[in-house]
Amino acid sequence: MILLLPAILVMALLAIALAALLQFSVLEFIPGSLRTGGLTTRNLDAVLSPLYLRYIWDTVVLSALTTVLTLVASYPVAYALARSRSATMRSLLLVLTLAPFFTGAIVRTYAWMLVLGNTFIHWPVKLLFEPAGVLIGLVHFSMPTMILILAAAISHIDRTYERAAASLGARPWRVFWRVTLPLSMPGVVSGSLVVFAWTFSALPTPELLGGGRVKMIANVVKDLALDAFNWPGSAAFAAVALAITFLLLAVVTRALTRAGGAAA
Amino acid sequence: MIGRVVVGLLVGFMTLPTAVVVVASFNPTAILSFPPEGLSLRWYENALTYAQFQRAAVNSVIVTGASALLALPIGTAAALALVRRPLRARGFWSAMLLSPLIIPGVAIGLGFLILAARFGLLANRAVLIAVHTVLVLPFVIRSVVANLDPELERAAASLGARPRRVFRRVTLPLLRPGLFAAVLFAVIVSVNEFVVSLFVSTRVTEILPVAMFTYVVNYTDPTMAALSTLFIGATLIAVLLTDRLLGLSRILHIGDDR
Repeated sequence: MILLLPAILVMALLAIALAALLQFSVLEFIPGSLRTGGLTTRNLDAVLSPLYLRYIWDTVVLSALTTVLTLVASYPVAYALARSRSATMRSLLLVLTLAPFFTGAIVRTYAWMLVLGNTFIHWPVKLLFEPAGVLIGLVHFSMPTMILILAAAISHIDRTYERAAASLGARPWRVFWRVTLPLSMPGVVSGSLVVFAWTFSALPTPELLGGGRVKMIANVVKDLALDAFNWPGSAAFAAVALAITFLLLAVVTRALTRAGGAAA
Repeated sequence: MIGRVVVGLLVGFMTLPTAVVVVASFNPTAILSFPPEGLSLRWYENALTYAQFQRAAVNSVIVTGASALLALPIGTAAALALVRRPLRARGFWSAMLLSPLIIPGVAIGLGFLILAARFGLLANRAVLIAVHTVLVLPFVIRSVVANLDPELERAAASLGARPRRVFRRVTLPLLRPGLFAAVLFAVIVSVNEFVVSLFVSTRVTEILPVAMFTYVVNYTDPTMAALSTLFIGATLIAVLLTDRLLGLSRILHIGDDR
């Protein structure tokens, strides 16, 4: 218990900060001042207006699409990573997967600005400053995390199950669909949760690749707090985002756990 | 065969931006062109001599160093407490300690900004260090927990080793790979942290990712490409070194060891 104490104190700091956020969300905004007025529900009312609800809806849609696309794009790489017989191949894949993971959001998003602009590749449709471009950037950003989680899950599968299925006459694809994929469900569930939660609060990718035309929740929170200096309004929107994150996580966890349980 | 092609294409997708940045960094003119009309190192010179980048780099070293130094002992202690039995409500504590991983960065950032304003610490680097410690702690705890087996400590104790001896001969050697992974993750997370840092820093205290963001928003010349290439190069060396020294697959629990 004594060993836990320092960590708990650090986390208490976080709890106090979040409490301050919640407190500001119900205080009156005085334009041109960082001071706040009395208690009010005006911030929360504003946040629940159609304009802001659209930002929330866009964020939910983009996060869901990102999660699905990331899952589909990451599984083959994770499978190769976990199952490759050559240690060199495994190391190569791992380094190529981890390098973007380690280079950070700003460098990677800037790189996508260059790729999606028309200097290097002439895209048939406009991608930069459009939702499609933001989606590409978000998927690319999420892939390393998903690959690592999936690869760890696939590595943990006892291969005797697969051998048993094969020896009973199942073709490789059937073995994959009926044995490997269901057994890797814990990885699919936790990977999807992490990617969804991270995408839901993504800031730099929509900020730079959306160019002000594609806004997710975090961009609106940032605009309100750092450009308009409306801390109470920003706090209200951030509090709503916080609540939605936890709600969605709870719902998705339940749904996925149930699906995973049924499949296994 | 199809599988290899698919994996190749996907890995190509993942590395495409890196390749483009490296090519762009040697572009001789301020406006990018492809294929490039020559090679130039002027953007590297620009990136390395730009005063705001220099200041931000110093800030990054201070903030990352301080937060890693704080989070490492705090996180290791917490990991030991979580792994050993008995601990009441272990699930609750572990969920609480890992919560910064799923709380939106803008909420953490704005919360700390409000706190900093209230205590008159708006331009103080201490706020950045505190926030980074919070954000890095879950990674430290996870790395240490993943590489620790309390059964071995119990085995040593049951064979008659005193607690101190168990700690020195069993716990510490077991901790080593976990601690290394913890340092690695702490540094990587802190060096790249952007969202929360954007909220709690000023032009004077801002760390490198924030300075880079501001540059990208305001200028379009390839200076950022040069700085990014340096970042990518440093990262690649760090990743390769770690793989050589410790084996990435082992730290990350990936691989076919059955």
